[in-house]
Order: sequence, then structure tokens, then C-alpha cells
Amino acid sequence: METLVTQVFNGLSVGSILLLAALGLSLTFGQMGVINMAHGEFIMAGAYTAFVVQQTLGAAGLSLVLSLPLAFGIGGLLGVVLELTLLRRMYHRPLDTLLVTWGVALVLQQLARDIFGTAGVDVAAPAWLAGPVQILGFSFPRSRLFILVLAVLAVTAVVMALRYTSLGRRIRATVQNRQLAESSGISTRRTDMLTFFIGSGLAGVAGVALTLMGSISPNLGSSYIVDAFLVVIVGGLGQLKGAIIAAFSLGVAQSWIEYTTTASIAKVLVLALVVAFLQFRPQGIFTLRTRSLV
Amino acid sequence: MSTLLRSRYAVGLGFLAAAVVLFAVAPLVLTDFRLNLLGKYLCYAMVAVGIGLAWGRGGMLTLGQGVFFGIGAYLMAMHLKLADAGPGESPDFMTLISSDGVPWWWEPFRSGTVTVVAILVLPALLATLLGLATFRRRVRGAYFAILSQALAAAFAILLIGNPATTGGSTGLNNFRGFFGFSLRDPANRLMLYFIAAGALLAMLVVARQLMVSRYGELLVACRDSEERVRFLGYDPATVKTVAFAVAALMAGIGGALFVPIVGIISPNDVGVVPSIGLLIGVAIGGRTTLAGPALGAIAVAWAASTLSEQFPSGWTYVQGLMFMLVVAFLPGGIASLVTLRRRRRADRPPGGAADRPVPEPAGGAQR
Repeated sequence: METLVTQVFNGLSVGSILLLAALGLSLTFGQMGVINMAHGEFIMAGAYTAFVVQQTLGAAGLSLVLSLPLAFGIGGLLGVVLELTLLRRMYHRPLDTLLVTWGVALVLQQLARDIFGTAGVDVAAPAWLAGPVQILGFSFPRSRLFILVLAVLAVTAVVMALRYTSLGRRIRATVQNRQLAESSGISTRRTDMLTFFIGSGLAGVAGVALTLMGSISPNLGSSYIVDAFLVVIVGGLGQLKGAIIAAFSLGVAQSWIEYTTTASIAKVLVLALVVAFLQFRPQGIFTLRTRSLV
Repeated sequence: MSTLLRSRYAVGLGFLAAAVVLFAVAPLVLTDFRLNLLGKYLCYAMVAVGIGLAWGRGGMLTLGQGVFFGIGAYLMAMHLKLADAGPGESPDFMTLISSDGVPWWWEPFRSGTVTVVAILVLPALLATLLGLATFRRRVRGAYFAILSQALAAAFAILLIGNPATTGGSTGLNNFRGFFGFSLRDPANRLMLYFIAAGALLAMLVVARQLMVSRYGELLVACRDSEERVRFLGYDPATVKTVAFAVAALMAGIGGALFVPIVGIISPNDVGVVPSIGLLIGVAIGGRTTLAGPALGAIAVAWAASTLSEQFPSGWTYVQGLMFMLVVAFLPGGIASLVTLRRRRRADRPPGGAADRPVPEPAGGAQR
């Protein structure tokens, strides 16, 4: 029982990190068919934002609270710049956006290496996140619970925004039928830009959350990007509820396999699971029904 | 018909020129060290020829060629390590870590024949299985790209996670012989270079034959409109899987020759970053052309070692900028500049459907 609870919690914890990383990716991927490989570097930018804020302020608790909105803004701005300069020219070439943003990712990584050095740096967690908390006789690390809560909050915010705001309606309309949305008077370009801001901003938030897990280095983003993409694929293109289910299933699967075997075998088995899953649902858990041939 | 004939002459002359440069000019003008480096670039070029087939012609963006390259390389490295150790003995790095002896899955590669067969079969087999599993279920475009990338990530993690059997993050190195020939002898190293050059030329011939054959037309048709191919009664999954397997075979051979030429194989050569790095040469050279990928790969590999010798961090910026600029603004690569100029000279409006440098399947990520 003890191990079961611990493992499920570990899985949910891994899943919430995956979800934070994949949430923005799913938004931008679904919106424009753009595969943003630099998303991982936006995560890294968020993490370094938290580091810089803490270096300037010193107080761990205050800097964490301040870093979250600041990282959202910085990640979002990076995303908007990327969208305006490069991705805007590359509609209908989704595979090429992958390579272009990979170039961006390389440059951002090297930039981080030149500014902050290759060695990892640590961001101190505030005192109120240190140590475990007892719930029903089980103890859970507070920092992991915080990330879980953060993920739930981020998802709720995004879902609310998509469902109840006019921007959300515009985003959904553009995802479902770009031409029709355009002809109904929605500026899809503006919508694209705003979606990219939100999606990339979420990457920044994910970066701040990751500083609670360990030290941050310029390679931080690249270690999460592949898993985040797998979540998006399993969840289904641009489907938030799919991404949520996929993130937590992959998280639980990974930590469970890791518990019974080793970390490296878990990675391989999770990939095999994903390929096997795609045999049954090639388009992910949820798909938009269209009249396309596939 | 006359243009076809002319292009045949041109291709033949191109092959002849390449053969003369590789087999006569390069060994004469280059020092032993530089020639060995060229041999390494030729190995990358072999992978690039395969990527040109799968990506340029077939529209399958594969971000995991490092896996097939790595399988070929590690198989060769295992054999070389075992051969160095002698019959019944364990390779040096294994005896340092534990005294359990050689793991069972290493044993078959004591035999050179088994190793060579495995290098030719295993990468292609893995590619076939993966190709069938994905293409049959019509997983393609971005989904396929991400899956192949995940494969590269998992492969590297698997290698790093098992230091006792794969050498871990250090990889396998310090080889002394190559099928009975000493690797320290310059004459044998020259022979290795010639083998690599011959293999690359052979692959170019194979790629050329595939491209001009009926199969090549089907492959391009799959890239441009998979549904239409299906309606015509062909199975796009089979067509694409064959190209993917051939690309994997070429990558495997490239990897196998890389090991004795470079003298080390480690996860750093096969993970996500090198796998995608292999693409930039193909993109610059011209992904839809025959010689473009090979020439591009050689040029990029040369630039990488020259630049990173002088500015270690500068190369990453250059590589990143090349990805951005070439893919965004010159998707056809350098080769498209040549065709553009030729078209202008012929005073014809550009946009002929046959060799338009837009190799993307329509709406790949929408699927």
C-alpha cells in the first residue's frame, strides 16, 4: 500500500511536470500546426528567470512568487518574437518549422551557456516548501505537491480562458477551421500571436517549477522536450483533455516501470508503449472529427 | 528525350569526377590526418544519402538516423573490442568494471562474418518494424518525426545507462585492429579511407537507381499525395518503409565505417542532437537532389571541425543560424540556386512541377 501510494504520487508528480511542459506545446501545436522545438529552451529561460530574480532579491519565498508571472512574460515574449520573425512565414510547412525552431533552440542553449556557464546553478526553495507534509499517514514532499497544484491551476486557467473568454473562442474557432474563422471576421494572425504568447508563457512557468526539482543547466529544456512531444502526440493534436490524460498516464507508467526496472529501460518501454498505443489510436486519445481521408 | 540523355551524361560525368577526386586527388593532396578526417565526413555523407531518400524524396523527416548509425557503429565496435581482446577474453573496459565476463549478446560478434551480416541486417530490420508500425497506421509528418526523435533519445539513454556492457557515456574506443589489420599502420588507414569512398559511391549509385526507377516515382508520389497513391492501388506504407529501411541500411554502414576511421563511438555521436545535426547538411545541399545531401554533409562536417577548432562555442551559433536561415528561406538548399539560375538562363518562368523544391506533404501535421 505504502509503495503503491508513493509510486502513484511520484507518477502524478512526473505527470504534472510533463503537463506543464506540454500544455503550451499542445496549444501552439494545435493552433498552427507549428512544432516548436525551442519550447524546451523557453522552459530553460523561465528557469533562469527564477535564478536571476533570486540572485537579485535574495528572499526565496518572494522571488518564487515574483518569478512566476515574470517567467510567463519572458517566455511569452520569446514566443511572440519567434512567431513574428520566423514561424509566420512558414505556414503549411510544419516539418520545416521543426528544423527552424531547432536552430533557435541551439542558439538559445549556447547563449545560456555563454551567459550562465555550463555548470548547473541552484535556486533555493522557500522555507514553506521544504520537507514533507503528512496526509492520511503518508508523507509527500511539499515542493512536488506545489508543482502538482501549479499544474492543476495552469490547466484550469487555460481551460477557463479557452471556454469563457472571447480570445478563447477565437482560438478554438481558429483551431477547428482557420478559413471559416477568418471569414467570420476573426483576425487569425492576431490570434496566432496571442496563442503563441500564452503557450510560450506556460513554458516559462514550467521552467520556474523545475527549479524546485533540482539544479538548472542550459540542457534543461532539451531533456523535457521529447517527453512533452510524446504527451502531445498521445493526447491528440491540440486536445487539452488528451494532453492531461496522456501526461498523467505517461508519468505514472514511467515512474512505475522505473520502480520495477531501471530509468533507462523505463524510457525505452514508455516509447514502445506509445508506439503500441498509436496502433490503436493513430491520432491520439482525442481527435477532432474531420472529413479528411485519414 | 535529349534532355534526359544529357542529364544521364551529366550524372555519369559527375560520378566519374567524384571518383577521381575521392580516389586520386584527395589522397595525393591531403595529409594522412586530413585524409582520415575526410573519411569521417564520408561516413556522415553516407547517412545523408539515406536521409535524402527518406526525407527529400519520401517526405519522411527522420530525426533518429543516429540510432541506425549507432547500431552499425556499436556492432562494429563490439567486434573490434572482442577481436582485440583475443578468443575467450573480455574487452579491457569490461574487466575494469566487473569480472562477470562477456555478456551473452556480445558473444556472437566475436565472429567477423556475423558482425558484418548484423550491420547490414539489424538497422534495416529495426527501420522496417518501426516503419510498418507507424506508416501502416498512417502515422506521419510531425508524429513520425517526433517518434523517431524519441527513439534517438531512448537509444542514447539506454547506452548511457549500461556502462558495464556499452561503455556508458564514454562509449567504446581504443581499437587496435580491423579484421586482422593494424589500425596504426598508415597503409591500412588509407585502405579504410578507400573502403569508405567506395561505399559512398556505391550508395550514390543505388540512390540514383532508386530515384529514376518506377519505385522512385512512387516514393515522390507518396510524398506529394499519399491518398492518390493509395487510390491508384499501391500501398504507401510499403513504399515508405522500403525507403526508410534503405536509409537505415546506409546509416548503419556509415556508422560501422565511422568506428575504425574515427576510433571512438559514444552516445554523443548517436543521440538527439547529432541525429538532427545530420539533417542540416542535407538541407543545405538540397534534400531532393542526389549529390546535394552528400556534398552538404561533407561541407557541414568540414565546417564544423574547422570552426569548432578555433571557436568552440561559435560553431553552435553557426549551426543554429544555418538551420533557421536555410530551412526558412532556402528550403531547396544550394541546389535550388543552381536550378533557379539554369531556369533563368533558359528564360523559362520558374515553377515547373517536376523539380519544385517544396518537398512537404500537404498538411503533414494536420494529420
